[in-house]
Amino acid sequence: MSAPATSHRGAPVTLTGRVRQRWLEKLPPEKLLPEEQPAYVASWIYVFGVATIAALAWVLLSGVVLTLEGPAWYHVSVVGHFFNSLHLWGVELFFFFMVIHLWGKFWMAAWRGRRRLTWVTGVVAFLASIGTAFTGYLMQTNFDSQWISTQAKDGLNSVGIGAWFNVLDLGQVMLLHVVTAPLALGVITVWHVLLVRRRGVVPPLEAAESTGTTMEGEK
Amino acid sequence: MSTTSSTARRGGARPVDPAAPWAGPNRRYDIIKEGLVALLVVGLLAIGLAAVFSSPDDKSVTLAQWAKADPADFVTTATMELDGTSTSASYGAPYNTNGDGASLGPLKLQKWAGVRVPVNSAQQMVVDPLKTSVDPAVQTALATWQAASADQQLKWATNYDTAISKAPGNDPTKVSSGDYGPVPAMTAGLLELAKTGALDGILATGGAFYQTNYTVSLLFLADGGYLGALGDANHLGGDQWGMMNEMGSWPGQAWLWLYTFWYQVPPFSSSGNADALVWGLMMLLTLGLVLVPFIPGVRDLPRLIPIHRLVWRDYYSRYGSTRS
Repeated sequence: MSAPATSHRGAPVTLTGRVRQRWLEKLPPEKLLPEEQPAYVASWIYVFGVATIAALAWVLLSGVVLTLEGPAWYHVSVVGHFFNSLHLWGVELFFFFMVIHLWGKFWMAAWRGRRRLTWVTGVVAFLASIGTAFTGYLMQTNFDSQWISTQAKDGLNSVGIGAWFNVLDLGQVMLLHVVTAPLALGVITVWHVLLVRRRGVVPPLEAAESTGTTMEGEK
Repeated sequence: MSTTSSTARRGGARPVDPAAPWAGPNRRYDIIKEGLVALLVVGLLAIGLAAVFSSPDDKSVTLAQWAKADPADFVTTATMELDGTSTSASYGAPYNTNGDGASLGPLKLQKWAGVRVPVNSAQQMVVDPLKTSVDPAVQTALATWQAASADQQLKWATNYDTAISKAPGNDPTKVSSGDYGPVPAMTAGLLELAKTGALDGILATGGAFYQTNYTVSLLFLADGGYLGALGDANHLGGDQWGMMNEMGSWPGQAWLWLYTFWYQVPPFSSSGNADALVWGLMMLLTLGLVLVPFIPGVRDLPRLIPIHRLVWRDYYSRYGSTRS
């Protein structure tokens, strides 16, 4: 006979059960996949968060396609060059949306109400994005990568980073760009999104308690 | 403001606790539909931009190209590798111990990091490649070089370097006669090796079969003036906001605007230590951005400059605010 998965009080006794219970307490399904939002979430500025994630998805998708044929593919193939272009423009859109999102959240003081970690993870995601994009520029294996690497080495070396991150080492740069950097960015992005879902969208500054009215289409 | 009234508009309304669960009105929302629509719209936008504007892909510069296009610069650079005055030869960490490197006040981070990417410019960029030459004159010159003392080698190379700097147009073929030892023959031999394309392979592989590290090749290329001239001609120089520029008219890393901005203004624009100073400043500013919610004054700016009134104007017009 196997041991029961819950104690006599109904509390889970396994690590899996405890993690599941804690997850459901902190982030129940209706928070993770909501069907309603506070009425104040009604501005174009809110579009840029999801637009950033959508652009990231296209960057990842085009990046995966580029890995299929190797780093030199896009130099000699029209199809490869198109996916390289899609990768580039995806990155440009990604940063464009993300910077607007960041500024928007600043002016909305979106860190209020125990949301400081949401802000911090968002900024760290921005920084991780800069690093990831930088390694992408370094691994183009063309004049751009020659120029950028020989210029950037001085800044990195000046503070000792170059001793471990050698921008002139294509192998290191390539692995960082294809594996380590996107993995780090992916983890921090997921963490950021989960925090947004858990805490919810910050209420307006100067919003008053108990508004007592509803908008059209509101529940 | 709308004439729609609400209880919140009455004087003395209490502000919402942003940490508390939202108890006000809600609206319908479909997070999955929102994500799919965003994916579709952004995808169409990215595909359209890629199809219309494409992307830059200028071929990399080869050492052969450099040797043919600017042989004087090539020979001068090779000479500077031999006398230890090139950028890489006198760099310091992480390549060698021939320079102190940059410092951030009392923090000598570059030096402290140590020599983790060892590069011997004279040996790896000139002497070792010349060993592969089949030219008897080059081998004789190389034997003379290797048999000489370090002081003698330095004297020959320095003499030749000085002579080039005084020659008309800094042309190595027009230097006056002097005590240069085997250096002219060595650098000429390296030039010929480069022109054939052999030097590209020799420096890139370093004698190995599989190789992915281009440190020596790129350092040698960057030591010369040819690469820098190409970069400047394409508005990519450090004093041209080059860090955020791209070849042609394509957008570059525009998000580095603040980082490259500092290089354009004093004291950074005239400092020999600008790399470390700008990095230090940017690390400080970055830390500040991360910690915005914790910094009094900065975190209050959104309240003081009411841009949020635009963001939530519809909400305020319907439900009022504590200011109403």
